[in-house]
Amino acid sequence: MTTVTETHEDAHEHGMSDAGYVKIAIILALITGLEVSTYYVDFGPLFMPSLIIMMVVKFVMVVSYFMHLKFDSKIFSFLFYVGLGLALFVYITALATFKFFIA
Amino acid sequence: MADIATHDIDHATDNATDHATGHGHHSSTGLSNNKLAMWLFLGSECLLFGGLISTYMLYRGRVQNGPHPSQIYDIPFTSVSSFVLLMSSLTMVLAVSSAQRKDDTKTNLWLLITALLGATFIGGQVYEFTAFYREGLGFTTSLFGSSFYSLTGFHGVHVSIGVIMLLSLMGIIKKGKITGDKAEVVELIGLYWHFVDIVWIIIFTLVYLIPS
Amino acid sequence: MSTNELTLTPSQSPSLVNNKLSLSPSQALGAVRRPVNTNGWRAWLFTVDHKKIGIMYGVVAFTFFIVGGVEALLIRLQLALPDGRILSADKYNQMFTMHGTTMIFLFAMPTAAAFANYFLPLQIGARDVAFPRLNALSFWLFIAGGLILNASWFLGGAADGGWFMYAPNSGPVFSPSNGVDFWILGLQIAGIASLIGSINLIVTVLNMRAPGMTLMKMPVFTWMILVVQFLLVFSLPVITVALVLLMFQRSYGATFFDVSQGADPLLWQHLFWIFGHPEVYVLILPGFGIISEVLPTFSRKPLFGYPFVVFSGASIGLVGFGVWAHHMFASGLGPVSVAVFSMATMAIAIPTGVKIFNWILTMWGGKIWYSAAMKFAIGLVVLFTIGGLSGVTHAVAPSDTQQTDTYYIVAHFHYVLFGGMVFGLFSGFYYWWPKVFGKLLNEKLGSWNFWLMVIGMNLTFGPMHILGLQGQPRRMYIWTEARAGEGFFNFGFWNLVSSIGSFVLAVGVLFFIINVIKTSRNPERAPLDPWDARTLEWLTTSPPKVHNFDRVPVVHHLDEFFHRKYEEDEANHSMKSIAIGEDLIRAEEDAADADIHLPGPSYWPLLLAIGVAVLGLGVVYGTPIMVVGALVVLFASFGWVLEPSVPEAIDFDSPSHDGHTKEIAPLG
Repeated sequence: MTTVTETHEDAHEHGMSDAGYVKIAIILALITGLEVSTYYVDFGPLFMPSLIIMMVVKFVMVVSYFMHLKFDSKIFSFLFYVGLGLALFVYITALATFKFFIA
Repeated sequence: MADIATHDIDHATDNATDHATGHGHHSSTGLSNNKLAMWLFLGSECLLFGGLISTYMLYRGRVQNGPHPSQIYDIPFTSVSSFVLLMSSLTMVLAVSSAQRKDDTKTNLWLLITALLGATFIGGQVYEFTAFYREGLGFTTSLFGSSFYSLTGFHGVHVSIGVIMLLSLMGIIKKGKITGDKAEVVELIGLYWHFVDIVWIIIFTLVYLIPS
Repeated sequence: MSTNELTLTPSQSPSLVNNKLSLSPSQALGAVRRPVNTNGWRAWLFTVDHKKIGIMYGVVAFTFFIVGGVEALLIRLQLALPDGRILSADKYNQMFTMHGTTMIFLFAMPTAAAFANYFLPLQIGARDVAFPRLNALSFWLFIAGGLILNASWFLGGAADGGWFMYAPNSGPVFSPSNGVDFWILGLQIAGIASLIGSINLIVTVLNMRAPGMTLMKMPVFTWMILVVQFLLVFSLPVITVALVLLMFQRSYGATFFDVSQGADPLLWQHLFWIFGHPEVYVLILPGFGIISEVLPTFSRKPLFGYPFVVFSGASIGLVGFGVWAHHMFASGLGPVSVAVFSMATMAIAIPTGVKIFNWILTMWGGKIWYSAAMKFAIGLVVLFTIGGLSGVTHAVAPSDTQQTDTYYIVAHFHYVLFGGMVFGLFSGFYYWWPKVFGKLLNEKLGSWNFWLMVIGMNLTFGPMHILGLQGQPRRMYIWTEARAGEGFFNFGFWNLVSSIGSFVLAVGVLFFIINVIKTSRNPERAPLDPWDARTLEWLTTSPPKVHNFDRVPVVHHLDEFFHRKYEEDEANHSMKSIAIGEDLIRAEEDAADADIHLPGPSYWPLLLAIGVAVLGLGVVYGTPIMVVGALVVLFASFGWVLEPSVPEAIDFDSPSHDGHTKEIAPLG
């Protein structure tokens, strides 16, 4: 059994090196570049889905690596993702009752 | 709601009991109180920004007076300031990493750069707001105006508070007055800072890049 | 800054004066001597002790209960007879708005906070909450919110839009007085208080449990409080958004609820009820938790189906986030939304029903001791069930459409809230009074208290079902003979019954106050374990010492205290007594821990709360006030950050661990 105490302490070692953080940042920068390019180049029907996917990827990368959630205790992930999940659920439902997604 | 946590915590408790006298951790989960509180706060903030973003999404196309979003958004400009904020997350994480290596000089350097990048972003927002106002979009002009300024303004206030915290933290570290675990304080402020960044990742796409 | 100096001035204690003089200002900012050895009122003002804060929550909340109760009596006086002249239409609007707001935000939630603050750390074997200074901050912010809300009575009239304050009706056009502004500010500040409190208590439960106290060994009260705090932490930000939008509209000319600009009037309703429905469970679950402690104790049996009670509580909380639109069935949501929310709402009846069966089966076959606490607990089970059943009729959308905004709704939520929540809280008063004050409340007066409240409550709210079905609208300030309907059992009859009932109810509450006064004058001390209780809060003196436990208990069982007193007799599988509470507590005293560090009192929570209140008042009274408030907030924050939370390593650390503090600057 891996104890939580150990995981917590190991997070700093198993976390990431500074070079790793720079790599993540470069990937984030490239995705941002791609996002901005949708303003100049016509992506056709892929426009909306690709933007949403890129947004989610960036979000998850920052949360997982920069905020260490990937390496930290699951309890932290639980607390944060419950909030995020509830936010998505209640607000998407509320917008749906406004017929936001039909127009 | 709590069944996922139960599993983890029960294991952790056993562990904490076993080692109650052997290690530096004395909490039931072995985790820091402060970090738990910060993550809970960030979970809560998701619902705050969610509400503001939803209000904007609902109202962005409702323009009876003044300019329409597509008439005033300056995508190249906002892209640059978004990029600045994104990179401040990198410098922040480097500050945390330096703090964990107990390298005060580098910690302070990265904190300073992060604060400067944050301040640059805020400067960009002030410029953007001024430009929009000149083009006829006031806070009270339309539903779009009210919801746009509220959402981005709320985010801007969060960034500003972050900048103040970063600068204060630098001062406190320099004077050696920090109470508690220094690396953890840097990490906590880092978590807040990254959260502000991920909110902007969403705003940049939903508000700026996807037209109404 | 001069106002700050007043609070910080060391003249309150002569020994501090000398110290202050020898400090440079920069040192003073972080190094004002803490009010460590204070007594009298200062010991309360600067305390961070969860027990003192709990008592203060209780006292203030009960005061607001009386305020809200008087408002309710005025409403019932107005409606007792045709053409009531007690209140004008305008005052009537303010009265029911403030009655609802006060009872929910200033009585129910803080009373639950009082119990949670006092008993949650005790029940999990902790010596304080995770963040003692934040705990004090929560309390003072709640006071600030309550005062701002009620100050509106004297500053141009209270809010008058109903407790859910639907916009655009609450916008500047239809509600021109400052009442709504004060209401927004008061709730916003009280909301911040609850948010901080909820984060604090969740971390406390997760991290401060005594060794061996796994989540599934926690008392049900602690479990229900934990669920409530999760509900708060994720629902309060939604009302924060709604309040901010309304404030921007009222004070700064934003257009969010301006229909002429194309605004959607349902936006407020959604935001409010996304918060408002979880809030309903925030109100009721502490009551459920309390009676889940009381029923087993007075039935001399363990709680039937502990895991079911726990998980049904948690699932009530989770599903509670998905049913908010049942408050909006009459608003034209569209058939799909109505059907979905109708089904989800009915689903909530399942875990609630599970709980009710568990309580009944806990009592089944038990040797029931009909103490006042037990009577109130049984009262909750019965009255809440009635309210729950009328609630199911609301889940049926076509039926709800008929009932919306009639007295039937008023009847329903008073059965669940008064019959449920308030009875639960009173059960807690009687059950835990000897723990907090070391004296038993009088059982005979308790019995009068209970029966008058049961009779009064059924007389008051029972007829409202009929009034509602007869078509009397909610929030109608007057009724006339001509429109009272025909026959003997018309509006007039039932309104009179209801009004008489409300005064019976008030006399019942008066008996409680008399009981409290009489008990406080009675020199007789309560035994340490008067109820033969089951949980850890009884494994210490009454009232508990400042550090709660002489020795941090090691937990092996659910109902740990009970299992230290009784063990199973192999021969006939019954429980036989092996020790009594007094002996156990004495044994703990003999084995007391050597070094116990407690968090020190602090000026900063109070000062920070004052700063926030001033900052808030700036919204009504102009930017300069706001700037002053912001400066106080900034100053207090720096003071807070630079103040170590404890002089040394803290309570549950064994003395060998230096430098590990329970909390650190930026948050604690």
